[in-house]
Amino acid sequence: MISLTSPVETRAHGWPAGLKLGLLSIATLILFATQDILWHLSFMAVAAVLYALPGWRFFRVGAGRLWLLWPFVLGILLWHLLTADLLAGCVIVVRMVTAVALANLVTMTTRLTDMIDLVQWLLTPLRRIGVPTRGIELAMALVIRFTPVLADKARQLVLSWRARSARRLGWPIVVPLAVIAIDDAERVAEALRARGGL
Amino acid sequence: MERSVTLIAIFAALIAALGALPPVSLGSGIPITAQSLGVMLCGTVLGAWRGGLAALLFVALVALGLPLLAGGRGGLGVFAGPTMGFVVGFPAAAFVTGFVMEQLRRMPVGIAAGIASTIGGIIVLYLFGTIGFMMVIGTGLLETLAVLGVYIPGDLIKVLLAGLVTSGLARARPASILSRPA
Repeated sequence: MISLTSPVETRAHGWPAGLKLGLLSIATLILFATQDILWHLSFMAVAAVLYALPGWRFFRVGAGRLWLLWPFVLGILLWHLLTADLLAGCVIVVRMVTAVALANLVTMTTRLTDMIDLVQWLLTPLRRIGVPTRGIELAMALVIRFTPVLADKARQLVLSWRARSARRLGWPIVVPLAVIAIDDAERVAEALRARGGL
Repeated sequence: MERSVTLIAIFAALIAALGALPPVSLGSGIPITAQSLGVMLCGTVLGAWRGGLAALLFVALVALGLPLLAGGRGGLGVFAGPTMGFVVGFPAAAFVTGFVMEQLRRMPVGIAAGIASTIGGIIVLYLFGTIGFMMVIGTGLLETLAVLGVYIPGDLIKVLLAGLVTSGLARARPASILSRPA
């Protein structure tokens, strides 16, 4: 399955995931504790430099992911223009964009396997007190496998609907999709039990 | 145990698959995805605990960087953006939906699922969504509700669908409606 990790190798790809998440938490706390627009503009500039370091391709993909925020940026600026407090609006916008940019940066530079290793490490205390965490790890792997399979079956359902009906595609498609999902789950559960279970 | 794990995993995948269906637009031009329908179904089909865990698993995988949200969104940036409250609220919404569903055992499945989805999938989810929006954008309560309110008609349709789909499933696979043990 495609993850959001950048194929452009950066130096940060090699850093421990826990370290990056820790740095991100500290950065986000600082962002939300600061009110001065000059500080926020410098934070944003730092984020832009971080995106630019691995090269143009990385920068473009990162900027593209931020583009999703434009309706909110526009809405906030218009709202603050109307309430005649444009500066406060700018602080909110710059802070939001920087916070999302930094969080995306961690996602783009961390492989899924490293993230899952981190989750396993975070689950250690639960394992110590006797919670069977193997089920959690297996469930994560299953979702990663099930999602493309289900999405594909949904596409097949859409095609067969279109092949048979002149009417517009409608909600009844969700029922067979959910039935297929449940049947798959029951079969996989049976297969797991047959192989000795969890 | 195996059955719980696979059903939780498949419903987490179902939330993702429903988010990948093409969004429909009500007359107003606001895109409506079927993603929160998946969250409602987690509760109405799997019940409180398993449904809540399925939604939690989905949110965890989004945080780990999988593009499972509608429109292929995902990663940690989602949790810093204005809609983060909704994503964070998915597990609670599914849990409450399942809890209400379990309390309404005497009612016909479809109606119980509709009521449960309204409470869990709309009231609880918007509670989280509103708080998250206010935290990131810094608007007041009334402005936030005015902005988010445009999505309520679409969610009411999803409540109706959750009822219809759950009652369809109860007929097709009665043994798998874990919120209603036979």
